[in-house]
Amino acid sequence: MSQVPADLRYTKDHEWIRQEADGTATVGITDHAQAALGDVTFVDLPKVGKSFNAGDVFGTVESVKAASDLYCPVAGEIVAVNTGLNDAPDLVNREPYAGAWMIRIKLKNSADFAQLLDANAYQLTL
Amino acid sequence: MTEPLARTPLFDFHVALGARVVPFAGWEMPVQYSGIIEEHIAVRKAAGLFDVSHMGEARVRGRDAAAFLDHLMTNEMSSIKPGSARYTIMCQPDGGCVDDLIVYRISENEFFICLNASNAAKDIAWMQSHIGAHQVEVIDECKSWAQLALQGPLAEKILSLATDLPLVSIKRFHFLVGTVAGTPDCIVSRTGYTGSAGFEIYLPAKQATSVAQKLIELGKPIGLLPVGLGARDSLRLEAGYPLYGHEISEKISPIQAGLGWTVKLNKSDFIGRAALQKQTSEGTASKVVHFTLSDRRIARQGTPILSGDTVVGEVLSGTLSPILNKPIGSALVQSSADPASLAVDIRGTRIPLQIAVAPFVK
Repeated sequence: MSQVPADLRYTKDHEWIRQEADGTATVGITDHAQAALGDVTFVDLPKVGKSFNAGDVFGTVESVKAASDLYCPVAGEIVAVNTGLNDAPDLVNREPYAGAWMIRIKLKNSADFAQLLDANAYQLTL
Repeated sequence: MTEPLARTPLFDFHVALGARVVPFAGWEMPVQYSGIIEEHIAVRKAAGLFDVSHMGEARVRGRDAAAFLDHLMTNEMSSIKPGSARYTIMCQPDGGCVDDLIVYRISENEFFICLNASNAAKDIAWMQSHIGAHQVEVIDECKSWAQLALQGPLAEKILSLATDLPLVSIKRFHFLVGTVAGTPDCIVSRTGYTGSAGFEIYLPAKQATSVAQKLIELGKPIGLLPVGLGARDSLRLEAGYPLYGHEISEKISPIQAGLGWTVKLNKSDFIGRAALQKQTSEGTASKVVHFTLSDRRIARQGTPILSGDTVVGEVLSGTLSPILNKPIGSALVQSSADPASLAVDIRGTRIPLQIAVAPFVK
């Protein structure tokens, strides 16, 4: 069984998102997603300062078998990306909810957060 | 049109080992167990056990068996000695490939042939349709056999624990028939599709699970892992071996694929000879090249190959080489294109191809 931490929000596309105290949110992919991808070999992330709408493709995660798009869960501007994944893409497999966070985003509308799936709802999609 | 997926005799074995099972060539096959990269490295450093029971088998026997196979195959079949095997292509009249195969000579008038899973039915129908006046029969034995590949530097050591056959005496592309893990009548062949040392074992389908379990039990303490089709593909590409439907196909001839060494133009006439002779003397409009990328992005099958802004080809296979730790691949490229000018565009990033000579890993 894949892990679905109760304190995060989720998309049906298997991104997780965590609301931070400073009004930003952190985004990564779920344990279920990393297991389905297999060995991750590369994570293509956007530049800081770039803006996305909810549902936009913000990057790509590549495994040995396939490249998969990453979807932005909420509208906003990228304030940080995890450059550590350049050298250690396998963190996505090992620590999907910690070391392998992907982007930090400044939400355009903080109310968007409430639209996302909670842990129970996401678990039901698996 | 969708046919139900077939299962090899080892399906329950895979599930019990935690494999992820996917559809492949009409079969439900394990793509990975512990992870493609880990399994790949196990084969290069220790050993891996593959279920390749989806591969097809046919037996050709009769007074004219050798002459019949010489008529069908690009490589010379009549000169194979009993107890040895040869890699060959079976071509269409236009030089396109029906399949690539390994032909084992059992005796003077009897051959055993390993067929690709996706082509097995087509191959057998093709062979039967070309019997003509030859005194020969082509027997479909796909359902009778399971096939295991035990590959890697420790493969021989592991197999020696399960058989009394003198493995040391089996040279590359030779085989013996004997008992493995208590199962008689296994064909043990020093062949493989990984680029590492090892064996392929054809065994009666009913005994497949007990043999596979015994090999895993014997090999596990020294690093044997079960290996899925994911690593089978990355291993064969690293070794520079073609995969039907990628580097060779009905559209890509053995000459284009760099497999001219399998085409014996000087033997007796065979299907495709005239076309392959012409390709050899006049060259081909496109050919298969291998490449590496100085990037982490993988150029996958179908990615266009650019020379300047012009599309001059496409990627046939692409993966990450776990040993080189960089992307490798093969492409079909116009022969007139300057190899130094080739590049791929992956999601908006232009990456130059570095043309390489396969195998990528020696």
